[in-house]
Amino acid sequence: MKIGANLLIGGLLFAAVVIAGTLAPWLAHTDPVMDADLLYAEEPPGAAFWFGTDAQGRDIYSRVLYGARISLTVGIISQLINTVIGVCLGVSAGYWGGWWDDFVSGLTNMMLAIPSLVFALAIMAILNPGLSSLLIALGLTNWSFTCRLARASTLSLKSQGYVQAAKVLGYSDVRIMLTQLLPNMLGPIIVIGTLGMGGAVLAEAALSFLGLGIRPPFPSWGSMLSDARDQITTAPWISIFPGVAIFVTVLGLNLLGDGLRDILDPQSRSRRA
Amino acid sequence: MTGQALLEVEDLRIDLSVNGRRYPAVQDVSFSIRRGETFGLVGESGCGKSITALALIGLLRNPLSIGGGSIRFDGQELRDLSPDGIRKLRGSRISMIFQEPMTALNPLSPVGRQIAEMFALHKGANWREAERQAVEALARVRVPAPERRVKDYPHQLSGGMRQRVMIAMALACGPDLLLADEPTTALDVTVQAEILDLIRELSAAQGTAVLMISHDLGLIANMCQNVGVMYAGRLVEQRAADNIFLAPRHPYTQGLLAALPLLGARSKFGRKKLKEIEGVVPPVVAFPTGCRFNPRCHAATDLCRAEDPVVTSLPDSGLVRCHYHD
Amino acid sequence: MISFVLRRLLQMVPIVLSIAAVIFLMFSVIPGTFVSSMNDDGRSVMDAEVAARINKEFGLDDPVYIRFGKYVGQLATLDLGTSFRTRQPVTTVLADRMWPTAQLALASMLFAIVFGVPLGFIAALRQGSWIDTISMISAVSGLSLPKFWLGLMLMYIFALVLGWLPSFGYGDGGIRYLILPSIALGVAPMALLARTTRATVLEIMDADFVRTARAKGMSEARVVQWHLTRNALVIVLTTIGLQFGTVIGQAVVVEKLFAWPGLGSLLVDSVTLRDIPVVQGAILVIVLFFLLINTLVDVVCAIIDPRIKYT
Repeated sequence: MKIGANLLIGGLLFAAVVIAGTLAPWLAHTDPVMDADLLYAEEPPGAAFWFGTDAQGRDIYSRVLYGARISLTVGIISQLINTVIGVCLGVSAGYWGGWWDDFVSGLTNMMLAIPSLVFALAIMAILNPGLSSLLIALGLTNWSFTCRLARASTLSLKSQGYVQAAKVLGYSDVRIMLTQLLPNMLGPIIVIGTLGMGGAVLAEAALSFLGLGIRPPFPSWGSMLSDARDQITTAPWISIFPGVAIFVTVLGLNLLGDGLRDILDPQSRSRRA
Repeated sequence: MTGQALLEVEDLRIDLSVNGRRYPAVQDVSFSIRRGETFGLVGESGCGKSITALALIGLLRNPLSIGGGSIRFDGQELRDLSPDGIRKLRGSRISMIFQEPMTALNPLSPVGRQIAEMFALHKGANWREAERQAVEALARVRVPAPERRVKDYPHQLSGGMRQRVMIAMALACGPDLLLADEPTTALDVTVQAEILDLIRELSAAQGTAVLMISHDLGLIANMCQNVGVMYAGRLVEQRAADNIFLAPRHPYTQGLLAALPLLGARSKFGRKKLKEIEGVVPPVVAFPTGCRFNPRCHAATDLCRAEDPVVTSLPDSGLVRCHYHD
Repeated sequence: MISFVLRRLLQMVPIVLSIAAVIFLMFSVIPGTFVSSMNDDGRSVMDAEVAARINKEFGLDDPVYIRFGKYVGQLATLDLGTSFRTRQPVTTVLADRMWPTAQLALASMLFAIVFGVPLGFIAALRQGSWIDTISMISAVSGLSLPKFWLGLMLMYIFALVLGWLPSFGYGDGGIRYLILPSIALGVAPMALLARTTRATVLEIMDADFVRTARAKGMSEARVVQWHLTRNALVIVLTTIGLQFGTVIGQAVVVEKLFAWPGLGSLLVDSVTLRDIPVVQGAILVIVLFFLLINTLVDVVCAIIDPRIKYT
């Protein structure tokens, strides 16, 4: 595939989702939660209800638009948390070494051994369902790749002349990390973050589908699908559109991540496939 | 050593494709090698020496391809051969050894097996027979305890040993022509001489012609009868080894010689200071107009900047590509 | 060789122990026990006396460190505690669920390997062709599909509309029941394997030793057969091992969707009911499964790759 195509298609898809989410109040036909009307339950897609209606007679098109807000919020914020944690731990471990490095490496190995969805599930078990719990659960469980990358980059950058020079000049450790080390590993970290965002959107949908994330009646794509399961024979469209929305969002983020990698991190063709 | 030409390269052109445009990475390269002769190709890295060798055995990979000219090997035009036809020549009649013995061998395969592949491929030997011949081949390149070494993996051998394995492999089927691309560059100085001796000795014994590629003029002077100096994809001077060292004509050759440390016998040429040629080889997509060496040449004139020099024959039957070759 | 395997197994111990500690502390420090959750839900209001009795019975009144000490002591004897709900030993509860999950994980990885690896191989060998383009577009799409939605669609099409396969459940444990869930679970690792295999093969095709093989006069088919496959295998195998972790994690959703009686659906149910001992046990078993698979992969890689030392 050509280098530009990934970036362009991914960027367009992601932009479309962002626009749908931000402009939801203007684009939506009805309120996503309140406008339920059992008279219009399970209407197939048509002129009035573009994506049809669900079992409570709510407009699926409007709910899908509002769902973008939840998915994007969770995807972006949780991935920011992961990136900050991963970078802080990785850079400091690589820079200071010693027992702290051993500790962080041990922690990373532990995190890699627990499937992140299972860990997130366990965290959701002790918190109450809801947006902020989701941000915590997904923000704390997917930083190991970033951490490993940040640590490895720090180790290789540490010995280079300009970092040594900064040390000789008496820069503080934190200043060296922020001004000398971090900018030089930003590219790959942005790539991992973008790809991780797609993963977070999928994980949010999965947790909400299991009833442990966003609870109905709030329009998360995952919880919409959880409701839709019972009507799949009579009204399959209830299941189709939220799923397509998740797919489009994640596809956009994955393509965007691939495209960014071609530009920002061209050496790592095989590192994370 | 007979006078018959084994390899004749004429006006070889190698194209580099960048975004649909083709740039000549190698151009107007002509030389010939007689049976049993050792021919040297010298120049800085990026001059097109290695890709010239790869082109000879049809191993150029995208974005490089042969753009013109002819390559005649033993009277046969190689460019007329099918990919399968040229493949059958590789290894059996034309062999190649590479610069990096570390990466040029498969890390997951015992070296004996990698040598044995030659016999299995070209002599139709069964594996047992091929493995037995591999031991002999290792013994010929003077690897101690070859019957045990054949079971070793490349990472268990030193750089010099690995290069011996490469040579054993390349000479396994008694080729007519050996392409040696910087065979000693990655090795320790002490090992270099041994490897060169080995190549010289074995190729002489089998009557194998050698195309020796190096950036090291000293090495070329010791090994070769004839030398071609390459700069920016072109041969700029081509002469008998003795003549080129005594009286280099092209400013680039002069520059290369001036950059050589003068040890022992070579100090009799009388130069005292070590000089380097200023600047770097231009990239293929940005060759200068006129003589390609003009931006780095100490004697460049407006003529050099405007007009491409043609090849001129010298009285000693050498060739030089310079406006001011006198 | 045997000492290499033993050492590898021994290295798992600190990881498993630290995970046990983290999971244990998570559920101990943060409020929200089985008892309080029953009150929270308002499903059944429990009077204080009963709550106190249950707390005492399960030792929930002791300080955290005493309980953790007890827990580790029990772990050493492979006792994972007693389920709050069913009052059965957790090991018994888990034992019934392990085989279905192993079945599902293995079947979906089998699907992923059988389709993903050849696809990536062919795409790399035909780099730039339409086969390559289509496989890579499908691969990135496969990675972007939500598994439970894919499962739902498969269920709708193949079970409900076409009626070819059962829509959910374990049934008699037969292969017909396994097909849809393992495809739903296997598509993402398949896509990832296709991409990894392609990238690996492309990288090896440019390697010096492959150029040497060509210079020896080998045909492309021979190059692939003698020099490329084994070298690609090491990286592909490592990816397969790591993907097992993802598959077991994602099995949670797929099992729930297909009502598959495995560890994943048990975990979800126990989380919903705050049956902490079962949650802890299920996570430990999942982690153990993942680590064992990866140890196995390491051992196989060490056999293939002589550069990996048995130390």
